[in-house]
Amino acid sequence: MTHFTSIKSAGKKLLLAVGLLASLASGGCGSMEIKPWVSPFERNNLADPIMSFSRDPVAAAYLHHVYQAREGARGAEGGSGGGCGCN
Amino acid sequence: MPLKILQSSALRLLLQTLLGVILLAAFSGVSLAAVLPEDRSDIMYHGYEGGGLQVDGPSVLVRKGYKDKVSVWANYYVDMITSASIDVVSTASEYTEERKEKSLGLDYLHGKTFMGLSYTNSEESDYSAHSWRFGISQDFFGDLTTLGVSYARGADTVRRNGDLNFEEETDRQTYRVDLTQVITKNMLISMNYEGVTDEGFLNNPYRQVRYLDPNETRGYGYELEVYPRTRTSSAQAIRAMYFLPYRAAVKLEFRNYNDTWGIDAYNFELGYVHPIEKYDLTLELKYRYYEQTAADFYSDLFPRSNAQNFMARDKELAAFQTQTIGGGITYEFNADWLPGFKRGSVNLFMDYIDFQYDDFRDVTRTGLAPGTEPLYGFDSVVTRFFVSLYY
Repeated sequence: MTHFTSIKSAGKKLLLAVGLLASLASGGCGSMEIKPWVSPFERNNLADPIMSFSRDPVAAAYLHHVYQAREGARGAEGGSGGGCGCN
Repeated sequence: MPLKILQSSALRLLLQTLLGVILLAAFSGVSLAAVLPEDRSDIMYHGYEGGGLQVDGPSVLVRKGYKDKVSVWANYYVDMITSASIDVVSTASEYTEERKEKSLGLDYLHGKTFMGLSYTNSEESDYSAHSWRFGISQDFFGDLTTLGVSYARGADTVRRNGDLNFEEETDRQTYRVDLTQVITKNMLISMNYEGVTDEGFLNNPYRQVRYLDPNETRGYGYELEVYPRTRTSSAQAIRAMYFLPYRAAVKLEFRNYNDTWGIDAYNFELGYVHPIEKYDLTLELKYRYYEQTAADFYSDLFPRSNAQNFMARDKELAAFQTQTIGGGITYEFNADWLPGFKRGSVNLFMDYIDFQYDDFRDVTRTGLAPGTEPLYGFDSVVTRFFVSLYY
């Protein structure tokens, strides 16, 4: 029962997060005219490859695999995530 | 079955989210278009060595896009494993193993909506894993914000070499939300949440726990581990990239984790990327610290045989800390002399990881009373050497 209670609690948090994002995403379409505070011509530095959270997907996925296999924690890794299919 | 109800509710909400994002894609009036990942091929040698374990092998990724709408990719990955780790030598003998992993993916871009679908199969002599993933992301608020959600499902089959009667199943579901935000013209942040639920056989079918046994000469015996058949975990992370006043970037990361097995963990990472344009080089340095508490049912030494319902002595479930120091160098070159290619890079990344356990003892140190052996620790080196070609 303890596990099911914890699952339910963790699940509620997840549902809340997803629900909030759903509201954010689907609500207020009519008020989307937010003026970007960083103009497109000011984004040179942001577009530089050195600013990428994960420049090399193959190398990053391998390091995530190493950490997932050796550490108890899993999930929310950088890049697109994906897990390793291992246990 | 609360888990089933939860899963179906979560799926409904996930679908609602996807619908919301798609509606947003249709109605938002923003300017810059999202792009598909660049066409590239990577050929990598990877290696891990430490604690009596050696794993190496190749990984090959090929990605090709069509008409800026669709990009398909495939990855072939092999782990060649030789293990004489402390878990193995204390209860069995050294073994070799090979794991092959094949992945296929399709990415689709429609306006500012990016969708990805992928399938992965992993096979080894005693473990098969199949998983698929669907993700969707959307740029909005003038392309200053990217919101992505994804769902993955995995089905694994666990076997035990030398025991034809043993076969167990594991089912895994993963829910992920990613939000990337432009803060200033020099700073980006990314926030990520990932929830994972597992049901089925979750332990390693070979690993054993030790318990006090006065009938044994050494004072303790071994018996098979018993894990719960469900696990749910939540991980949250925040990352920031900052472009320095000169052409270099600093990366910060903090991640927090907890699960229903009682493991609480966090890690932080500090990284620095520095290009040297004169030589077409990019240097990277990083430091990472990770710490976790033990699972509720973990013990290095149980007081007796079958001491409790669930028992583990898997060192990945112990309390420990790791520290990583890593470095990398990338050399970029023009590859237009190769027909069909634009440019390429040669990359070498190496990480040194130190593991220090708080409640996992080194049983290879004999002649000591059970439970008084020194605490275990080891270090490992992780290598990635790869060539990337863009076309």
